[in-house]
Amino acid sequence: MLGRTASSLFWMSRYQERAQNTAKLLQAAYRTAMVTHAGQADGENWRFALASSGSEFGFTEKVGELTPRGVISYMVFDKTNPSSVRVCLETARNNARAVRTGITAELWEAINTTWIEFADVNPQSITQEKLPDFLAWISQRSHLFRGALLNTILRDDGYYFSQLGNFVERAENTARILDTQYWVLLPDNDVAGGASGERYQWIVILRALSGLRSYRFAYQDAKLKAGNIATFLILRDEMPRSLAHCYNWIDDTVEDLGEFYGSVQPSLEMGSQIWKDLKSTNMDAIYNNGLHEFLTDFIGRNNAFAHQLSIDYNFA
Amino acid sequence: MAEERSYFNEMLDNAGNPRAAYARLSAWLDAKPPNYLSRKTREAETIFRRLGITFAVYGADEATERLIPFDPIPRIISASEWRRLSAGIDQRVRALNAFLHDIYHRQEILRAGRIPESLIIQNDAFLPEMVGFTPAQKVYAHIIGTDLVRVSENEFYVLEDNTRTPSGVSYMMENRETMMRMFPDLFEMHRIAPVEHYPENLRQTLESVAPDLSKSEQTVCVLTPGIYNSAYFEHAFLADSMGVELVEGRDLFVDEGKVFMRTTREPQQVDVIYRRIDDAFLDPLTFNPDSMLGVPGLFDAYRAGNVTICNAPGTGIADDKAIYAYVPDIIEFYTGQKPILNNVPTWNCSREDDLAYVLDHLEEIVVKEVHGSGGYGMLIGPTASKRQIAEFRKILMSNPSNYIAQPTLALSACPTHVASGVAPRHVDLRPFVLIGDQVRITPGGLTRVALKKGSLVVNSSQGGGTKDTWVLED
Repeated sequence: MLGRTASSLFWMSRYQERAQNTAKLLQAAYRTAMVTHAGQADGENWRFALASSGSEFGFTEKVGELTPRGVISYMVFDKTNPSSVRVCLETARNNARAVRTGITAELWEAINTTWIEFADVNPQSITQEKLPDFLAWISQRSHLFRGALLNTILRDDGYYFSQLGNFVERAENTARILDTQYWVLLPDNDVAGGASGERYQWIVILRALSGLRSYRFAYQDAKLKAGNIATFLILRDEMPRSLAHCYNWIDDTVEDLGEFYGSVQPSLEMGSQIWKDLKSTNMDAIYNNGLHEFLTDFIGRNNAFAHQLSIDYNFA
Repeated sequence: MAEERSYFNEMLDNAGNPRAAYARLSAWLDAKPPNYLSRKTREAETIFRRLGITFAVYGADEATERLIPFDPIPRIISASEWRRLSAGIDQRVRALNAFLHDIYHRQEILRAGRIPESLIIQNDAFLPEMVGFTPAQKVYAHIIGTDLVRVSENEFYVLEDNTRTPSGVSYMMENRETMMRMFPDLFEMHRIAPVEHYPENLRQTLESVAPDLSKSEQTVCVLTPGIYNSAYFEHAFLADSMGVELVEGRDLFVDEGKVFMRTTREPQQVDVIYRRIDDAFLDPLTFNPDSMLGVPGLFDAYRAGNVTICNAPGTGIADDKAIYAYVPDIIEFYTGQKPILNNVPTWNCSREDDLAYVLDHLEEIVVKEVHGSGGYGMLIGPTASKRQIAEFRKILMSNPSNYIAQPTLALSACPTHVASGVAPRHVDLRPFVLIGDQVRITPGGLTRVALKKGSLVVNSSQGGGTKDTWVLED
């Protein structure tokens, strides 16, 4: 397999995942912004969406005033925002196009049709009332992409690189969302019994990670607590967007990839080590060493892993 | 708009009766309800777009990927017509390859005075770097698309030879695929020569010109400029259907005179490159130093005989528009036979008396840039306005040697689906030829059709469409 092919499969999955994550963030912001509550400045949820996707600086530079319309336009349709849904879908599709010969017809049709239909949408037509359906559509199309991938693609090196791209991106997204307002997840907040401000923030975080319902299943008493939410999103392997889940998947994949090629590259060892470290720690230890420090360190290691991968396998 | 001239109608004779090859199709068309073809055309477009069968249009900001309009009515060529055409094409491509070998070696044809020396030596398409080098099996142009037009029952003219990197073969194949899906009944009614073996033939052709034929496995790849190239879909299509890697320049590197692909494992040596990038971009060390598309050192590896490049660098001299006028001489010189297919009479504007004639007859003739392609930078006298002609006259006079001119040909017409139903529209034909251990011509080719009434411009970049092309078997 060409190094560039490996790279394209990695980035195709990464950008498709990012498109979905951006849509999810906006869905969460939209939903919470509808509920008025005391103690929160206007637009705080929209700012949270911007910050978590790393778009805040670009937004301030280009748009300035914080309005729902402005945020939606910048995060969904803007051609200059590298995290906008538009740019993600287009980049994912360009990567798929570069490896047309390496992916299945089903997968190509899923990704290509999404792009064609998205490009046909007039941004003006997505009013605030239409936004939820539109965001849900983007999410659904991402699920279709991933379904087509999992159901049709050969389990060889191409598959492994696509999985690594998918879960590196997802891990980064989860870690960023947690880090953007890490202080609401500190255990001290439990003492207050969940002041309403924190409560709303917890809900946004869980919604943005599709975890609100599953949290209630995972914790018998179903009560929102900072410590439990943090544990759920960092260490609970059964939560599909937790850091542990992402790295458990990456660990399996690097093992398969090493076996497939008959040699273990440095990046593969890095991936396994991150999983081992997540498995052997607990929430108390993370709090003791600092949640913010933990998350910053994790984001750095996640990036270093992806970078080493691109060196080991000649991503062009 | 000039009034319609007389032309050859491929389906109907002068009395309005269908010709033998079209008899069944004609009856089938008559039996279909009025909106049947419109519905089928929309169906086909949906299929094409979903599969990403598109081409890029330069300079268009939005929608840079477009569909080539697809006409659902096939063009039919009888078995006897095809035999004559393919014999003519065979003769022509062999002669052109002999010509290429000659002008990069002893230049006998120049010594014999059959072609003026200046036309070769001062021609940008002539690559001095190729002088004295002999490619594997002495083949230079491995893939050729011969552009033909029909002007009467028995008269075909060759418009262009396309010996560099002809495109369109993927449309030939996808058109057939789509037609079979949409009109199985038509295929039951006819015996149509298949085109589906083209990728297999292409791979055989490429493997047959590998530098070391004793190797048990040859590594072939398709070299593309990348996803933004107008023919990218075709590059991917060909690599995929041959089962070989589609590479960009940055995927290849040269080490000790050999070419390798960068893979996720050890580098893999490449034996044959089917390149879809121009000579100038092949190797920044030998040609255009700014090229980001090529592979540094590739040309040296080629000259060392460690890799075969298809088509060979420097083949452009064989389809240069200034050389075109001499192709009949070229055929006679190398084969000792009369050409089976005619050239269009051509005035070379670098010659003074030719230029004088052209300037006097701009309203009647077609003027083309010597190195132009895709229907850009040309004048079609009969359909141009007075102002366009006046403007073109100035451009032509400022640089006459950049232009050739030809009479406006009455291109034949085929039944085509249009808004008002079925009507004749002008067509040309590009059969695809492979030259390696043998000459392989795929029966049929790509028919391009000018969708606008009376228009003679079939280029896809100028609003032309394509048709499936059937060669009937006896």
